[in-house]
Amino acid sequence: MSPERTAAAPAAEKPQEREDLKTLAREMRRDILTMIYEAGSGHPGGSLSIIDILTVLYWRVMRHDPERPDWPDRDRLVLSKGHACPALYAVLSRAGYFPREQLWTLRKLGSPVQGHPDRLRLPGIEASTGSLGQGLSIAMGMALAGMMDRKSYRVFAILGDGELQEGQCWEAFMSAPKFGLDRLVAIVDSNGGQIDGHVRDVMNVEPLPEKFRSFGWDTVEIDGHDFAAVERAIDSAVKSAAGRPHMIVARTVKGKGVSFMEDDPAWHGKAPKKDELEKALKELS
Amino acid sequence: MAGAATREAFGEAIVELADQFPHMVVMDADLSKSTMTQAFAKKFSARHLELGIAEQNMVGVGAGLALCGKIPVMTSFACFLTGRLEPIRIAVGYNRTNVKLVGTHAGLGIGEDGASQMGLEDVAAMRALPGMVILQPADAAETRQAVRWMLEHEGPVYLRLTRQKLDDCHGPDYQFRMGRADEVFKPKDASARLQATIFASGGMVPEAIRAARELESRGFKARVMNAGTLHPFDGEAVVRAAKTSQRLVTVEDHNVVGGLGSAVSECAAKDALGIPVVTLGVRAFGESGLPAELYEKFGISSAHIVDACLRNLDLP
Repeated sequence: MSPERTAAAPAAEKPQEREDLKTLAREMRRDILTMIYEAGSGHPGGSLSIIDILTVLYWRVMRHDPERPDWPDRDRLVLSKGHACPALYAVLSRAGYFPREQLWTLRKLGSPVQGHPDRLRLPGIEASTGSLGQGLSIAMGMALAGMMDRKSYRVFAILGDGELQEGQCWEAFMSAPKFGLDRLVAIVDSNGGQIDGHVRDVMNVEPLPEKFRSFGWDTVEIDGHDFAAVERAIDSAVKSAAGRPHMIVARTVKGKGVSFMEDDPAWHGKAPKKDELEKALKELS
Repeated sequence: MAGAATREAFGEAIVELADQFPHMVVMDADLSKSTMTQAFAKKFSARHLELGIAEQNMVGVGAGLALCGKIPVMTSFACFLTGRLEPIRIAVGYNRTNVKLVGTHAGLGIGEDGASQMGLEDVAAMRALPGMVILQPADAAETRQAVRWMLEHEGPVYLRLTRQKLDDCHGPDYQFRMGRADEVFKPKDASARLQATIFASGGMVPEAIRAARELESRGFKARVMNAGTLHPFDGEAVVRAAKTSQRLVTVEDHNVVGGLGSAVSECAAKDALGIPVVTLGVRAFGESGLPAELYEKFGISSAHIVDACLRNLDLP
């Protein structure tokens, strides 16, 4: 690795047109479903709802370098809703962190591609997550360390809306504004579903934007599948240095892109059967 | 002789070591007056974080700090900190982050505040986490050296400290060695087989030494080993003790399940030592009272230790 390589030049493939980003996201949706089918279990619904956001982050916003996953000045992403890792795995492999063939070992004994993300086994994973409610606290600590060391890296945390039922999330919402962490960007993947049903029925967490604003977060609400809107929201968040952490409430569709999975909580944690996979891949071709 | 509480020695040590460990960050959850971090907070305010009464968030924030090169030292009462077991399991243990958990006011020794403030299951919980080192120093000298070792060590550590003052049990030449139990009382004539070797740790070391002195005055011989590292445990010390003693006695200001008594028993069983192990520890949630009264009531006082050393002993 040559020391001259600089921050701003991530080595990931860089689709320049918005159309390309959409194509890339569609291809990664196919990867997500294929890897979960191969594994025989996994979480398609919440993976499909965050893939567009991850695509914008890794190909438009984040300063990262797959050849130097431990580069100290990289932007960090903590996937607090760790069960959606098939989406992150698809992104990291396409970006060049590890070979795409490894995706098909998801959930198999000895695989670095664990059922939930494991930072010690797979390059590009910043924190091992999956026990819900913890990711934002960890991301906060990363942002605090950056602030203390006067670093310019940004930290992104992706949370589920069902996950917000965990009390630790609210401890983190309460505490991040105290430290003025304006390089911290939290994104709630508001897909409205969780294992036992719709979030509104299991344990309502709304109205989210009002709650975050009252906690002192710079908050916007967007369509999490509108690439331009996602990019605009994240861009404006990372450019603002108003001494407040940023919250993006991304309204998404669980199972987005596959007609029979969309907004059906049954697809939270279930692998498609062969005919279902074929039908889904056809829709995504 | 009359010493300090180990929490006080800890508070002094982090101030003394602050310049040597510039990445150290001290974190509190509204108990800094009790955990003795205020001197550090005053002198190194930029490296002190007050997280409020929200321990699970503090654990996660600490893990994030550690993932970016800091050495977070987070303090609270032993029960409130280790009570957040799931964040500790994942953010500290499974992520293998360089987090230092400091639990003060361990055991019945907190006294009058009563059961809800007593860390009595913390060692059992922390021992079950792969990679966690558990230290419980018995006096100020050991605490200072243990804190230094903890900061030099790359990986999670749980440091268990007392509210109450403890007599010094180490001499001026004392050297802390992680993973090694050290002898803090030796009978005058240790050549013959001992009636017992007593393993104690932290706040129980003074009780154990008092018991050993009492035994000596009555013509019996017992040695006291200070188990300053509770995990990983010094199995060799157990083997050595078994060779020279008729029985092993353990005493802990902690539940009798999962702590020092379990560690010694596991070592004895693993090496098939065939020696009786008498385990003294708390079997309840505790209650309000003076520490000495509580030790008496819950069966871990020096009198109980004497009894455990002599009860049904096959005297020569």
